[in-house]
Amino acid sequence: MKRFFAQAYIWVLLILLYSPLILIAVFSFTESKVLGSWTGFSTRLYENLFAGGGSGSGSLLSAIENTLLIALVASVVSMILGTIAAIGIFNLKGRKKQAMTFLNSIPMINPDVITGVSLFLLFVFLHFTQGYVSVILAHITFCTPYVVLSVMPKLSQMNPNIYEAALDLGATPSQALRKVLIPQLRPGMVSGLILAFTMSLDDFAVTFFTRGTIGLDTLSTYIYTDARKGGLTPELRPLMTLIFLLVLILLLVINIRQVKAKKKAEKNEKVRRYFNSRAYSGRL
Amino acid sequence: MAASEYIIEIQNLCKSFDGIKVLEDINLKIRKGEFVTLLGPSGCGKTTLLRQIAGFIAPDSGTILMDGKDISGIPPYKRPLNTVFQRYALFPHLDVYENIAFGLKLAGVPRAEIDKRVKKMLKLVSMSDYEDRAVDSLSGGQQQRVAIARALVNQPKVLLLDEPLAALDLKMRKDMQIELKEMHRKLGITFIYVTHDQEEAMTLSDTIAVFNEGRILQIGTPTDVYNEPQNAFVADFIGESNILDGRMICDRKVEFIGNEFECVDEGFGENVLVDVVMRPEDIEIRRDQSKAVFFGTVTSCTFKGVFNQIFVNTDEGYELMIQNYRKYEVGERVGMMIQPGNIQVMRKERICNSFDTYMVDETHVELFGESFECSPVAGISAGDAVTAEFSFRAVDLQDHQEDGVVGAEVHFILYKGNHYHLTVVADDGTHVYVDTDDIWDKGDLVGINIKAKDIKIRKRND
Repeated sequence: MKRFFAQAYIWVLLILLYSPLILIAVFSFTESKVLGSWTGFSTRLYENLFAGGGSGSGSLLSAIENTLLIALVASVVSMILGTIAAIGIFNLKGRKKQAMTFLNSIPMINPDVITGVSLFLLFVFLHFTQGYVSVILAHITFCTPYVVLSVMPKLSQMNPNIYEAALDLGATPSQALRKVLIPQLRPGMVSGLILAFTMSLDDFAVTFFTRGTIGLDTLSTYIYTDARKGGLTPELRPLMTLIFLLVLILLLVINIRQVKAKKKAEKNEKVRRYFNSRAYSGRL
Repeated sequence: MAASEYIIEIQNLCKSFDGIKVLEDINLKIRKGEFVTLLGPSGCGKTTLLRQIAGFIAPDSGTILMDGKDISGIPPYKRPLNTVFQRYALFPHLDVYENIAFGLKLAGVPRAEIDKRVKKMLKLVSMSDYEDRAVDSLSGGQQQRVAIARALVNQPKVLLLDEPLAALDLKMRKDMQIELKEMHRKLGITFIYVTHDQEEAMTLSDTIAVFNEGRILQIGTPTDVYNEPQNAFVADFIGESNILDGRMICDRKVEFIGNEFECVDEGFGENVLVDVVMRPEDIEIRRDQSKAVFFGTVTSCTFKGVFNQIFVNTDEGYELMIQNYRKYEVGERVGMMIQPGNIQVMRKERICNSFDTYMVDETHVELFGESFECSPVAGISAGDAVTAEFSFRAVDLQDHQEDGVVGAEVHFILYKGNHYHLTVVADDGTHVYVDTDDIWDKGDLVGINIKAKDIKIRKRND
């Protein structure tokens, strides 16, 4: 009985979590304007989406473009800045290190609305024309701490002498960075990049306040405006479905990579044990 | 002497971290092809010196010469020396072969040449079958071999080794010591080796530099350092020893443990207080008691493999450590003697505590940043510059810091046969020397009291 309730609970939870997504995915294959009425199977919405048509006309496609471009630029820049910052913070000592780690965590805990409004005020104060650049700068601001956070553990795991070892063997500081440090930090940098990318894709509040008045739309602001105009464009349904699939695939890739890395480490451990036992019984 | 004889010369080198002196006035000359060991307890500055030779940190003052030229402006990647790090510091993303080839690739050595040299190195460190292996899959000893190969393949003029064997188990360490010695002989390059293991230093080195608290206490061959330690610290740190207070009566005659002994030391003067060192194997137990000089009772005898370690209480009340092949029973009476050549006499670094300081008022003197009561001396008033002296015995250590006028920490302990000689560091960093019969441990927090009558005040003229 207990088992039954436990099972039922998890199923109820899963259904609640995933039914909206499944609903959208199912209704992306019909032409009806309103969600809920099935007017027969059709891939018309998908065709419209990629043809740039639909009731939202070209603006949906350009919103997608904007979103991806902003996310890409912001996440790559954040990855670079965040990695450099992480190395810097890691090499600080005592109180300074604690203070910097603390300061780094504030933007992550801070509600998006506050980040958005304060950046908006900053841009106004500096007479900075708001548009593409301001949105990208804003996204870099809130993405960088996440990269710092994902690179830091890699730095602590690293042998502290490894950078010096590279210098000792004749590498200039920049060679040591490229050939030794970055390969060591790469997993942390990549997960930071992915994190930053999704944070940027996901963002509404900060973009809303920093996009200015030139009519720049990302996906989230487009949907918001669209919903306020009355009813959602049907083409959003296939779009959501595709984004969901993309995220699912990304997640699977990351998980598979992790499993593989773990297996490789286990294999190395086995090889070491095998060779050691052989070395003791034989050669040495 | 020709400058070319020395590959590395360190002159008046000083280094501080956050205001704390780590190295003070270091002078060291290293010959080409020499195996030099920097030996000392942890925190004595030996690794800091090695890192300065490698170029990872810069000295505050002083120079490091290599082949007669100052190398202080040369970054580590341009210095013709390589380092083997304590925890290997191999590159985990590269396999064994690529790790070793790292330096050669950077130097732009042709591929065929790299291949030849890497293979030769793998053979030298007996790791030929391992070139494709991930470094994570190697044992500690194997990783250390790769680290050594990675450094040596670049044909450095000097190889720096920072406690390379510290992470290995005893058996492996012994094997690697022999291999290192063999590599040094084969390659003929200079090795500078850092360790805290005195036995390792003895086994490997041509020359040992003994460090303590940022200073070099003695430089010499392993035999010199063992047989003729220049001070109590070296005697205590290297091997086992009996260190005792003594008095030089005249040339070739020394008094300690309540007896007079013949020795070979001269030039100390008459009636001079000295430290006497005897190695435990140099105290001979005489079966024929008529040939013995002093007598005692065995208090313990422990079998140590090659020898028995015996503790004897002499009739005069001193405890001595003796190593002997024969086994003795606890409670057995024994007669002992020491050959004149086996008594090592050392000048005492100090015979009392002495500080240049100021009077707080007529009856108080400033010591360790606190005010200590002292007996008034005619003609000395507040603010006068004075020298305050008190004997080692005058210092009264308290169990609790707050019970003393000033707090301190026990820093170094030397057993002197019938009492302990402690080095205690007061809260302001001053070293105070204490003779006591009580047992303290290193790191104990204590309070310092000194009776007013024990502090002798002398006017200072400067």
